[in-house]
Amino acid sequence: MTGGLLFALTGAALFALGVAGVLLIAHLLRRILAFNLMGSGAFLVLVGLAQRNDVPDPVPQAMVLTGIVVAVAATALALALTRKLHGLTGQIALPEDADD
Amino acid sequence: MTDPLIWLIVLPLAWATLAFALGPGRGAWVAMAGLLAQLWLAFALAQKIGAGGAALSHAVGGWGAPLGIDLAVDGLSAAMLLLTQCVALPLAVYARSYFKTGDPAGVWFWPLLGFLIAGLNALFVSADLFNIYVTLELVGLAAVALVAAGGGAQQVAAALRYLFATLLGSGAYLLGVALLYGAYGTVSIATLTPLVTGEAPRLVWIAGILMVSGLMLKTALFPFHFWLPPAHGGAPAPVSALLSALVVKASFYLILRLWLGPLQPLLPVFAWGMALLGAAAIFWGSWQAIRAVKLKRLIAYSTVAQLGYLFLIFPLLANPAALKAGVIQIFAHGLAKAGMFAAAGVMIKATGQDTVAGLAGAVERLPVTLFAFGLAGMTLMGLPPSSGFLAKWQIIEAALAQGYWIIAVVALAGGLLAAVYVFRVLRQAFLLAPEGRAMATVPRALEWSAFALAAASVLLGLRGVELMRLVGGA
Repeated sequence: MTGGLLFALTGAALFALGVAGVLLIAHLLRRILAFNLMGSGAFLVLVGLAQRNDVPDPVPQAMVLTGIVVAVAATALALALTRKLHGLTGQIALPEDADD
Repeated sequence: MTDPLIWLIVLPLAWATLAFALGPGRGAWVAMAGLLAQLWLAFALAQKIGAGGAALSHAVGGWGAPLGIDLAVDGLSAAMLLLTQCVALPLAVYARSYFKTGDPAGVWFWPLLGFLIAGLNALFVSADLFNIYVTLELVGLAAVALVAAGGGAQQVAAALRYLFATLLGSGAYLLGVALLYGAYGTVSIATLTPLVTGEAPRLVWIAGILMVSGLMLKTALFPFHFWLPPAHGGAPAPVSALLSALVVKASFYLILRLWLGPLQPLLPVFAWGMALLGAAAIFWGSWQAIRAVKLKRLIAYSTVAQLGYLFLIFPLLANPAALKAGVIQIFAHGLAKAGMFAAAGVMIKATGQDTVAGLAGAVERLPVTLFAFGLAGMTLMGLPPSSGFLAKWQIIEAALAQGYWIIAVVALAGGLLAAVYVFRVLRQAFLLAPEGRAMATVPRALEWSAFALAAASVLLGLRGVELMRLVGGA
């Protein structure tokens, strides 16, 4: 097994953990962390899988940098909304969808 | 610098930033001027592609692929660009009146609208899968912020639910892109298309499934629609209109783009599955719309149902008429649903409550708005001569030509169900108002911009040939 493949498999496992977290955890902060785990997993796959003969490929590294910027923006928005929700309801979990 | 492609992205970014600096009052004017210019650009672009038939491309900053970012426009993307500007401009006129009365949601509406439109335009012209990921996130984040802009607890909760759904969707898409890059070493759609074949390794199959399911979640295809009704039903009316008309279409456009491009050899296996989910969406969405208590929930569930039609075309794509039917359905639903949400916003402002039952007496006070709602409903039902009729007729024709009569039956049944929920609203509005209930007066700009959108959805049925020719060149 090459180093790149090891990275990719770890990334896939992290991604799966992250997805499970986003779907199953009610606590919003932990859910946001789970989303970050998911993102990191995808980045690891992107960088790890693209290595040929253990020579890193620069293009996916540039992509991951862009992806990190996106993830930071998404995290910031999620945190701001969570704070707002906490301020309004005192809860740190999503309420049930009431009017259905 | 004279390339209209670039200006369709730069202009909204510029006016969004200006609107942020100027505040909502003058920002609205800057936004409307920008949108007018974009509409002209999109129209010129569509005309150029419609006449020449060839796709246009542009290397950003003079750096072409594989290192730089290539932008490309063909008939399909030109049509989507045209729809985006056509819907956004009347909605901007609408939103200016809607948010006039010191609504807190109006303060951030203009910059966010600009970023949303910039993201959408960039998405439609992107020619590589990673750039598409970035634009998907831009669209998603701007849309979530717009949902939350109202600031109420319900809206913030709906925005958070929407945010997690959209992040999950784009996360799955990104992992798919990572796998594809690992397999082929490129993310350019044009380079990938000839590389992927039916005998592709299993990795590529997983990538395709991940990308398409992520996008299905973002398109709110049944059973991934759970986030849509609270987000679209809870947001301020102009925002609901934007989300239902444009944002969900962006991810559908990407599914179509992947299906017609790199993933073509893999996905026919799943065509019937998608059509089945589409049919389920039509029935479930219509049923929920028929029994919804709140007016905007009803319209949001109608979006779930109408999105189902888009997925009916997948088993039929061997016939080029199916793609044209899909694009006309995107236009028909985009214009009609924007008009319908706008009309609903007027009724809610006038009656002061968001329920179907509260509409009694609306016909006396808001005849224009009710007419707009009826016209939009006509398109959703698929009555001639509306564009909805054209779309459904094309779908049914393509289905019968290939012997898939079941798709034709589903399409017809969906039209009847749409009639039930549209007439439910109209019937209530024609009832006499209860004694002593006054209705607030609403600005005429609100009523007429809703009317313009709904009328456009009907009139497009008469000019559908031009649109079909534009897409046919793709």
